[in-house]
Amino acid sequence: MGLLSKKDSKLILDPLADNNPITIQVLGICSALAITAQLKASIVMAISVIFVLGIGNVVISLMRNVIPSKIRIIVQLVVVAALVIIVDQILKAYAYTLSKELSVFIGLIITNCIIMGRFEAFALGNGPWRSFLDGIGNALGYGVILIIVGFFRELLGSGTLLGFKVLGDPIEKTGLYAIGYENNGFMLLSPMALIVVGIIIWVQRSKNKALIEEH
Amino acid sequence: MEHIELFFKSIFVDNMVFATFLGMCSYLAVSKKVSTAVGLGAAVIFVLTVTVPLNWLLDQYILREGALVWLGEEFADYDLSFLSFILFIATIATMVQLVEIVVEKFSPSLYNSLGIFLPLIAVNCAILGGSLFMQSRDIETLGLALNYGFSSGIGWFLAILAIAAIREKIRYSNVPAPLRGLGITFIITGLMAIGFMSFGGMLTGGDDAPKADETKTAVQQEENTNTTIEAIDEVVEVSTITE
Repeated sequence: MGLLSKKDSKLILDPLADNNPITIQVLGICSALAITAQLKASIVMAISVIFVLGIGNVVISLMRNVIPSKIRIIVQLVVVAALVIIVDQILKAYAYTLSKELSVFIGLIITNCIIMGRFEAFALGNGPWRSFLDGIGNALGYGVILIIVGFFRELLGSGTLLGFKVLGDPIEKTGLYAIGYENNGFMLLSPMALIVVGIIIWVQRSKNKALIEEH
Repeated sequence: MEHIELFFKSIFVDNMVFATFLGMCSYLAVSKKVSTAVGLGAAVIFVLTVTVPLNWLLDQYILREGALVWLGEEFADYDLSFLSFILFIATIATMVQLVEIVVEKFSPSLYNSLGIFLPLIAVNCAILGGSLFMQSRDIETLGLALNYGFSSGIGWFLAILAIAAIREKIRYSNVPAPLRGLGITFIITGLMAIGFMSFGGMLTGGDDAPKADETKTAVQQEENTNTTIEAIDEVVEVSTITE
């Protein structure tokens, strides 16, 4: 990367794999699970978090020298809440059905632990540009997991991807359905999200032994 | 009857952890030991019971469309609901601080056991989620809101207690190495959630079917109101022309 120094690009690339916010840092799981029954909702959620975390990190980093440390949590919450209101209003204006489907989970970005976690751990101690990269990196790491989970749940659960029937038509019996394939409706139910994330963690940790926990 | 139904529904059917995955971060982070899990669970019950009714009052008298009528007729068509996130989270953050100060002053022993968890709770999605669900489910009275906050807190408490007990025991089992810790906790939670799904038909005999259509009907309603407004406009136009 010519644009970014090696240290800076590490800020973006690290959270994508070995320091992933969901599978390693265990942050921001609430929203990751509830809305991943469809790929489209996962993508929108990922974009919203990238927006909120990228900008929020910059704002907090610019204010880091004037925030009294006693009330910093309230200041952080107000900044996030303002950004989330912007996202919520944009979604309501341009994607009404989707914002109904995501219901309270857009609002819950406010208490998404990734956001507070990055504000506390990074933005309060670093300059705006590095904080921006860190925010984008962590939000991308979050988004990647969301999109993987959404991909498998929608593909196996309803046989579609972004609403396109990729496996053929279940009623007309074309494509895979012609040879007796059935959709696994169980994938659409919320417990499967947990199990899919569990399996992602399993795969990731068996590839990288250093991440294995003692107990 | 309404109260009893809401009580059991929020604990079992709409359990915060197993049905909506709220408060998962602290659920996973603090469930290594039963004793700490009990402390956090109690704090969540307490804060939910306080903040949900408070936010209900805010929603009824300030935020929702037409809520400002008590200020005077000219405020009747104000709709401040877009401010709900910021007001709810501000209420929660200040309440948590206030509770912390009060508990520290009056009951040092309780403070010692709950104290360290209170700051954690301000950013627990279960708390904000409780208020947001209260708003989106249109809970009707203050009593029901109080009941909802309390019982969903109990639901969360039960969940964290159960997983902490399981995690204490699973330490003696031979889990595949890459699954140890976080991975197996996820999968167990998934299995527990499947178990809790069986409570789904407990109350009204399976009200799941209309739930799936909820978003659809909401959108349809929106469209319907739009069309009726257009229709009314047309009628008005016609009547003015005939005049």
